Amino acid sequence: MIMNNPSQKISIMRSKLELKPRLLWLQGLTCNANAHSFFNLPNLEQLLNKFEILYHPSLGTEYSFEKISECDMVCDVLIFEGTFDPLLKRNNILMLNILTHYAHNAKHIIGLGSCASFGGMFKASSPQRNTGLIFNESLKEGPLLHLEEKVINLSGCPIHPQWLGFTLNMIVQNRPIAVDELHRPLELYSHLAHHGCTRNEYFEWKVDSKGFGLKEGCLFYGQGCRAPMTHSSCNKILWNEVSSKTRNGTPCFGCTEPDFPRTDLFSTKTNMSIPADVPLGVSKRSYLTMVGMAKTFSIKRLEGKLIDYKKTD
Amino acid sequence: MARISKEERKENIIIMALNLFSTQGFYSTTIPNIAEKVGMSVGNFYNYFTSKDLLAKELILYISDYLGNEIQKINESDLSTEEKTHAIVKMYFNMATKRPEMIEYFLRVYLSNREVFSENCEGMTCVSSFITEMMIFFDKGVSDGDLHNQDFFSAFGLFMGYLGGMVFLNGEKILPEPINDYEQSISKNIYNALKTRT
Repeated sequence: MIMNNPSQKISIMRSKLELKPRLLWLQGLTCNANAHSFFNLPNLEQLLNKFEILYHPSLGTEYSFEKISECDMVCDVLIFEGTFDPLLKRNNILMLNILTHYAHNAKHIIGLGSCASFGGMFKASSPQRNTGLIFNESLKEGPLLHLEEKVINLSGCPIHPQWLGFTLNMIVQNRPIAVDELHRPLELYSHLAHHGCTRNEYFEWKVDSKGFGLKEGCLFYGQGCRAPMTHSSCNKILWNEVSSKTRNGTPCFGCTEPDFPRTDLFSTKTNMSIPADVPLGVSKRSYLTMVGMAKTFSIKRLEGKLIDYKKTD
Repeated sequence: MARISKEERKENIIIMALNLFSTQGFYSTTIPNIAEKVGMSVGNFYNYFTSKDLLAKELILYISDYLGNEIQKINESDLSTEEKTHAIVKMYFNMATKRPEMIEYFLRVYLSNREVFSENCEGMTCVSSFITEMMIFFDKGVSDGDLHNQDFFSAFGLFMGYLGGMVFLNGEKILPEPINDYEQSISKNIYNALKTRT
């Protein structure tokens, strides 16, 4: 559910403005998906009330972008959504200059979404030029590399609203956020999308899904699922609090990883029927040995529709 | 004189049993035959293997592990895919020459008496070491751009079926030349059939 006019729900307590961290939301090249996803946070109003929102492109905030682009104020928390393009201008001012000013003064910088984290989808428009804030895919390169200790990347296409909610709450409570080598919070990205997938039994016994959108079968073997290789908590912190891509019968596209987007997202790359990529941290030899054993067994319960099993047995 | 360890004695049983099964057939070979060949009592034999079927399963695991280890060495070498193809053919034909009982057992006992292996040895369970290394070989060949990407069993059948056929002809003494003389031409044929189409 996206709120029609989220600004109506934000009642900033003016008397306490000076106590609140000042939050600024800037955008590079973006489709706004992270902002729209964030608006689905159930406790959005309470969370935003903990900040003084200087500017957000979709909310009715304190200052206009024209004012922000004058760069005569500072913020505590800078959120940057979208791919960084060094030639991008807003209000006829290079975004690089605006970003540099606010980043320099901010205590925390959040690279929001895979585009801001690694370049992502919008890197494709100019692969040689566009990057994330401190990473170009997995290579350390970007306009804020010199400020990397302040940067927290929240990769995802888009991010889950709770991921940004968690990060902002940690910041407002002045609690440290441990990050991985790609500057992603470990609390959110140490899990794989595979963890909590309702299809895990099919993965264990190597039973393929017969198509998309079905409840049965594993999507890893034919439908391109990247969950066993993707750091994300999509099956732990559910989307809309009820589901996930893999639960719905759509493969995980690995959208939180630096190599996103790849091509042929709906098919598994194989070499002579053998998956080109195997679950993270598992050697191909060990994986193939295990697969050979698992495929030996025929489990009738997993062969057809689960709902029919009791009727036919 | 050093005592023979239990493991060495077990290995002895495996070698003797392979010889007997591959020359006399599975059903014609009895446990007393094997025990006699090894030089132990039938009662003592059962301390090592509790039944003939379990011994049969142990033998195919032994052969699969042997083949798997040899192919793993080739897979982990710096050879090109074409050179690896030749190395696998060479290893297989050497095995057929020096340890013919292993290939004979595989072809004449394991593949011909499937009922013996129906329990605890289903599918690829007992040959997984060997199959896994062939998978690693094909996977690397495709990812290096040397081999045509196709169904695994289509490629596996072409490779191993060809080798098995040649070893069978050799065992039947139909080949006019020693089997090792065919190494070059056969590995070339296999590589040409599997390589990337240009």
